[in-house]
Amino acid sequence: MRNYMKLEIPSKSVNEAFARAAVGAFAAQTDLDINELADIKTSVSEAVTNSIIHGYRDAEGVVYIECEIKAGKNCVVSVTVRDEGTGIANVERAMEPLFTTAPDEERSGMGFTVMQSFMDTLDVVSEKGKGTTVKMSKYIHSREGGGEII
Amino acid sequence: MKCEIEQIGGSLVVKLGGEIDQHCAEEIRGDIDRELDIKKSSSLIIDLGDVEFMDSSGLGLIMGRYKKMAGRGGTIMLARPKPNVDRLLEMSGIKKLIGRNKTKE
Ligand SMILES: Nc1ncnc2c1ncn2[C@@H]1O[C@H](COP(=O)(O)OP(=O)(O)O)[C@@H](O)[C@H]1O
Ligand SMILES: [Mg+2]
Repeated sequence: MRNYMKLEIPSKSVNEAFARAAVGAFAAQTDLDINELADIKTSVSEAVTNSIIHGYRDAEGVVYIECEIKAGKNCVVSVTVRDEGTGIANVERAMEPLFTTAPDEERSGMGFTVMQSFMDTLDVVSEKGKGTTVKMSKYIHSREGGGEII
Repeated sequence: MKCEIEQIGGSLVVKLGGEIDQHCAEEIRGDIDRELDIKKSSSLIIDLGDVEFMDSSGLGLIMGRYKKMAGRGGTIMLARPKPNVDRLLEMSGIKKLIGRNKTKE
């Protein structure tokens, strides 16, 4: 079974909590455990925050969030976060641990590292001046007796 | 988000709670730094016991306070992180940098 949802939010930081909660609530229809749920919510928070503070640094824009679930034996939760903001000049460099272009705002430079370690796949496509798309997915390992109500 | 601050002896004890993200990190930073400057605390204890969610904005907040305390010859300690927060701290290497107490005296 395949299921999906799409979400559009203006780039206001108050929406960060809503975005990760919404994706978490949608993903909760799978057999995921609390650690997997926390991993997904944290990664969504990273990607959405990046679009808001880096992508749309100078002007408000729209952050597009999609979540797709492939249920069944090989269950996968995929999340795509896209913005039409400033884009990233050097993606490889941006993804290095501790690299940040906003150290004076106390950014840790660990956002991409968090997504990389908490998700199973991470794909970043970006073009300067055009925007950034972050696609990530997590394999949900079904558990013995998972989904049964006892 | 919750941020309760209390000076106990030479230590500033900051009790954080709720969800720590970029939206609230700056306010927490301002609150802590103001108290640190007034109280001239020699140690900072951040109690994470009631934090339900934290992302890398929280790491930035902690690293920033670590640098501030180190710059004045003080210390910083993190207490009682929940498992999901602990995994983030572990992953970031921040625990090795500053050391940590599981239980606050
Ligand atoms: N959506 C985005 N739009 C523009 N730049 C971005 C975006 N996401 C990330 N970046 C760039 O990549 C860098 C690293 O991102 P990240 O690892 O999340 O660290 P941080 O957000 O703490 O700076 C950012 O400092 C920024 O320069
Ligand atoms: Mg980031």
